[in-house]
Amino acid sequence: MTQLFEPPQSDYGTPYWDATRDERLLVPYSTTTGLPFWYPREVAPDTLTPDVDWREASGQGIVYAVSVMHKPGPGRDPAAGPYAVALIDLPEGVRIMSNVVGIEPDAVTVGMAVTVCWHELSDGRKLPMFQPT
Amino acid sequence: MGVADAASPTGILDDTGRALEARMIRAALDDAGLTLADVDGVTCAGAPAGLAEYLGIHPRFFDGTQVGGSSYELHVEHAAAAIAAGLCEVVIGVYASTPKGNQARMRAAMAARADAGKGDGRSGGGRGGGGRPGGGAPPGMGGPNPGAEWELPYGMRTPMGAYALAASRHMHEFGTTSEQLAQIAVDTRRWASMNPNAKFQDLITIDDVVDSPMQASPLHLLDCCLVTDGAGAFVMVSAERAASLAKPAVYVLGAGSCGDHSMISQMPDLTTTAGAISGPAAFAMAGVKPDDVDLLIGYDSFTITALLHLEDLGFCGKGEGGAFVEDGKLGPGGSFPMNTNGGGLSYTHPGMYGMFLIVEAVRQLRGECGERQLDGPEIAVAHGSGGLLSTMGTLVLGTEATR
Repeated sequence: MTQLFEPPQSDYGTPYWDATRDERLLVPYSTTTGLPFWYPREVAPDTLTPDVDWREASGQGIVYAVSVMHKPGPGRDPAAGPYAVALIDLPEGVRIMSNVVGIEPDAVTVGMAVTVCWHELSDGRKLPMFQPT
Repeated sequence: MGVADAASPTGILDDTGRALEARMIRAALDDAGLTLADVDGVTCAGAPAGLAEYLGIHPRFFDGTQVGGSSYELHVEHAAAAIAAGLCEVVIGVYASTPKGNQARMRAAMAARADAGKGDGRSGGGRGGGGRPGGGAPPGMGGPNPGAEWELPYGMRTPMGAYALAASRHMHEFGTTSEQLAQIAVDTRRWASMNPNAKFQDLITIDDVVDSPMQASPLHLLDCCLVTDGAGAFVMVSAERAASLAKPAVYVLGAGSCGDHSMISQMPDLTTTAGAISGPAAFAMAGVKPDDVDLLIGYDSFTITALLHLEDLGFCGKGEGGAFVEDGKLGPGGSFPMNTNGGGLSYTHPGMYGMFLIVEAVRQLRGECGERQLDGPEIAVAHGSGGLLSTMGTLVLGTEATR
């Protein structure tokens, strides 16, 4: 299992993290405007009110940009070898950071179609990653 | 403007912290023919009250803007506005950071402790910098740092990985190549070979760059800036007062700044920085066009950083940066000199490089650059990039003839 930095959990991020336990990827939306936003926060960034809805995303995405870490970044085991860090465009309209796994890191390309997969954390939450569709 | 800076081919400076800042301020004041008693404005990236107290002065103007490496361009912008508005008359700005020296001193201290058979080898963080993993809001502002919660688990090397993502996108959209990016490092090194204070002065080839170890693809080791000690300072006065100072005046003809994200996932378009806003704003204020600019001193934390500046400031079209640089025009003898001090890639990069942009631009405009001096430049652009391609500050600087 990949050794990584396990994310802290904010109060406002709790719905997101709880859903990951069931392998559901949620995206926050402004209740007022119906627009999605990323990253999750206490208030919707368009209205600055706490009126936030969570909706389940399709789990599909497109690689917007990718870089293979040839030396380990924060939290990673140097012995584990290179890995791909990517920005993923979700069809719901937000761009998130993730890893693309299940493929040689250098074979990940910009524009590649990917699907969410899950990396279990020590407390039962799961971290969304992506693999080629 | 008076200016000063310090760097060493060893990458290490002997003094550190406030003492180094004080030495830079004294040198910049000497350069301008002023004294500390003249100073009524203080800027630095962080907490300027502590600096003023150390200096023993009671400023009427403070600016502690901290947006990463471009902070110093914003300080000049804000100081120029403050002087023009009559808030103050003489403003100093300063930067000192000694990551290499600190590391060496820490190693020595740890070795000494190990010899004494005690101590756990831990150490506190260094001063300054801005390299918090993941970017985002600082801790202690309500819940976890968003960078820690939403990006840090993915193990991106910071800042390098963010710039690598931008390079990957630029290559995808425009066909930019590693060899084109490497040309920037090659030409910058040629300039560094004429700067006796540069950390790296030996010439390199495109092959040297693309054959250097891959760090975060597509960026190789020689696509990345140095980590060195370094320090610098500036002093600014009104144009009227500048006429009576020790050296020919350099004028702030225009200034602009813009920022559009902190975490790299929030950058609207990884191929276009906020320099596309700050640059044209500064040029419009100065009443100049890109064609009028004699040299660019542009923040080169990575080769891709400099390439994006060339496009966003309008020296070439969006996506054309690779083709623009590949004939070597940025280097000595080229048609568009950039980073004549050797840049962050080869001269010095103590973490927040923006101060050195100002110092080199001023020295070029005054004709003080020795072997690397250009032939009578009149308009220089100093363009800083802070954070993860986040906050851009553009200064258009000119000689007396451009006023």
